[in-house]
Amino acid sequence: MCLAVPMKVVSVKGNTAVAEFGGLKKEVNVELVAGVKKGDYLIIHAGCAIEKLDRDYAEETLSLLGGLKK
Amino acid sequence: MKYLSEYRNSAAMKRLAGAIRREAEGLGRSVNIMEVCGTHTMAIGRYGIRKMLPGSIKLLSGPGCPVCVTPGGYLDRAIEFSRLPGTVIATFGDMVRVPGSYSSLEKEHAAGNNIRVVYSPLESLDLAERFPDKKIIFLGVGFETTSPAAAISLKEAGKRGIKNFYIFSGHKRILPAMELLLKSEEVKIDAFICPGHVSAVIGSRPYEFIPEKHNVSCVVSGFEPLDILQSILMVIRIMAKGEKPRVENQYRRVVREKGNRRALALLSEVFEEADTEWRGIGTIEKSGLVLKKTYGDYDALKEFPVKVKKTGEDKRCICGDILRGIKNPADCILFGRECNPENPAGPCMVSSEGTCAAFYRYGNGR
Repeated sequence: MCLAVPMKVVSVKGNTAVAEFGGLKKEVNVELVAGVKKGDYLIIHAGCAIEKLDRDYAEETLSLLGGLKK
Repeated sequence: MKYLSEYRNSAAMKRLAGAIRREAEGLGRSVNIMEVCGTHTMAIGRYGIRKMLPGSIKLLSGPGCPVCVTPGGYLDRAIEFSRLPGTVIATFGDMVRVPGSYSSLEKEHAAGNNIRVVYSPLESLDLAERFPDKKIIFLGVGFETTSPAAAISLKEAGKRGIKNFYIFSGHKRILPAMELLLKSEEVKIDAFICPGHVSAVIGSRPYEFIPEKHNVSCVVSGFEPLDILQSILMVIRIMAKGEKPRVENQYRRVVREKGNRRALALLSEVFEEADTEWRGIGTIEKSGLVLKKTYGDYDALKEFPVKVKKTGEDKRCICGDILRGIKNPADCILFGRECNPENPAGPCMVSSEGTCAAFYRYGNGR
């Protein structure tokens, strides 16, 4: 039930944005997240953005995983 | 898909599993790690995470599936609401097949009562505008990931002047349930995998009391297989090095220490804490969210007084013990026989995220 997916913002108008996931576009409510811009990735749950994805941390996690020994 | 598929890389999964195995060997004792989110339960099953772990690491599922912990009495009341003239029940799809004491929303729908599945509470507002002569009752279930969306819909109803929209709040907070499990000591928990999306809202800080008071480490985790494996490695390392238990945040790309301030402010504007019943567990103090008096006009409980008789659940069903991590679906006499996803006897099988549904679908991984 707590499933939420990272969706990419295509356009923003007031508290509503159009966001995309795997080719699917959906209108989402973004009032809980400050300063949403086109190109941002938002975590969407039940039609609402609950947080913005931080790309620096996303890359950091991946580079940590890449550095593990076999 | 960006920010998903990278976290499903199988070579990295193998490397992580190897690192976990080495740390576990060094640790030399068995550990129980409990996850308290149905989405984690499903991901662990789907990606075969149990199979990748050494036998000394046991993953337990806690009371993290909101549909599963919603008591039968809540459903009985929702069913009574659906039988009132002019009402429409708007609900997430997971709730439709959950058995109450004598019926389910699916059966009520077949009997001609109006049940609509929505993806978001905001969709129920659209229903309210489209059908002004109907009364739309949204079934608000879910933890802190979901309750902000319900709060937004209430604010929106006010802004749009919608008067025929109500919420039947069964929203719950996960922390009191985690604390209860720790205090009850029915099951040994060495570490918690904390729910990533609940934590996006509440932050990683509210878990601090768990290492401080109970000496148990917590790791806030994402939902992809690499996230979960890395989270397990993080807590195993703390134990293997003999470090003081602490809260780690593996899901830093989404979760901030203090959570989402706007969401938290909205939750405390709309809801207040109340004691509430959990299926299989009982009443937990301050674990529920009910509408504040200022939002009383939207409260289905105030608008629709119905009588609900108290009836028992199938005594053979051990969902309650499973939700507390004491038993495993394989211990249940009904599991896979009388109780299966087609004919579920208990909530852990009904919800696609329930422990029994996950074990039925993916096996127990050992």
